[in-house]
Amino acid sequence: MAKVLVVTSGKGGVGKTTSTAALGAALAQRGEKVVVVDFDVGLRNLDLIMGAERRVVFDLINVAQGVAKLSQALIRDKRLESLWLLPASQTRDKDALTDEGVRNIIAELRTKFDWVICDSPAGIERGATLAMRYADEAIVVTNPEVSSVRDADRIIGMLDSKTVKAEKGEEIKKHVLITRYDTSRAARGEMLNIDDILEILAIPLLGIIPESQDVLKASNVGSPVTLNNAASTPAKAYIDAARRLGGETVPMVVPSEQRRGFMDRLLGRRAA
Amino acid sequence: MSMNLLNLLRRRPASAPVARERLQILLAHERGLRSQPDLLGVLREEILAVVSRHVVLDPEKVIVRMDRGKAVSTLEVDIEIPNGIEKRMAVAS
Repeated sequence: MAKVLVVTSGKGGVGKTTSTAALGAALAQRGEKVVVVDFDVGLRNLDLIMGAERRVVFDLINVAQGVAKLSQALIRDKRLESLWLLPASQTRDKDALTDEGVRNIIAELRTKFDWVICDSPAGIERGATLAMRYADEAIVVTNPEVSSVRDADRIIGMLDSKTVKAEKGEEIKKHVLITRYDTSRAARGEMLNIDDILEILAIPLLGIIPESQDVLKASNVGSPVTLNNAASTPAKAYIDAARRLGGETVPMVVPSEQRRGFMDRLLGRRAA
Repeated sequence: MSMNLLNLLRRRPASAPVARERLQILLAHERGLRSQPDLLGVLREEILAVVSRHVVLDPEKVIVRMDRGKAVSTLEVDIEIPNGIEKRMAVAS
C-alpha cells in the first residue's frame, strides 16, 4: 500500500525541500520505491536539491493538463534507482494546478510507488492546500523559533480541516520534524527547546535535525544530505526519521554539537 | 574577544522562556479564532430556525456576534422583527 506524505510548514525557508530530498533518499536507500513531488509551481527547487535540474523535460503541470504522460515527466535518480522526481513547472503560474489534476496524479503515483512525498510550497494558499489535499500523513517542519512554530500550528489546523482525510472524518497522521536545532543554544535558554515545541504543537516528534554545514554542502552539489554524507549528524538524523516513518521504533537522539576547545570558545571560533 | 569575555562573565537572562510564553498565549488565542467562525455560523443557523418557527424573519436581519473578553466573553444576538408582528401573534392565539 502506497503512502502519500506531505512535507509542509507554512513558513518558508525552514527546510521543507531539504527534508523532502533527504527523507526520500533515505527511504529509497532502504529499497523502497519513492517519488518526491515538487508542488512549488513557479518556484521549483527540489530538482536543484536533487541534482536533476538539467534533466527536467516535462513537469507536474504538463501531466495535470494531459500534455505529457506521467512516465515522461518522472526523472529517475542517477544514484539510487528506486528514487524518482516529479518536478514542478518553473514558468506556469500556480493557478495552473487544479484539484482534479492533483487527484489524478496522486492516484496514479499510488499505483507505482511505495512512498509519494509531496514537497509543499510555503504559505497557506492554493499550492500548499493542494499539496496536502490527498496526503495520508503530514510532516510539519519547524525551526526552534517563534514565527516558525506559530505557522506550524496554523498548518496543523489546516491539515485537520482541509485534507480529504479530515473531510471524511478520519484523522490525518501528523509528525513534527524540528530542523536547524542547536542543542547548546537551547541548553543555554537562547532557543526554544524540544519539549517547548512538542508541548505547544502537541503532535509526535519524527526527528531532530541539527543545524549543520553538511546541509548546505549537500545542496551546493545537488545531492540529498543522506546520500552526500551519510555519516554526518544531519544525515543520521534523517535516516532515523525515515526508519520511524517505516514504522520502526528508533530511540530519539538529541544531536550534540562537536566539542569545542576552551580557546575556540573564547575566540568565538565555530566548529566546522 | 572582549565581547566574548564579557558575555562569559555576565550571562544574559534566557530568552527562550519568553518565546515559549508568548507563543502559548498567542496560539491559545489564534486557535480560538479558528473555531469561532464555525461556532457563530452554527449558532446563527439554529437561532434563526427556532425564532422563525414563531415569527416571519428576514435572515439578513439576524446578527450574531461574539466578543472575547479577558474574564468573560459575550454573545450578542440582534434580531430585527418586522412591524405588525403583534397582530399576527394575537390572531394565532
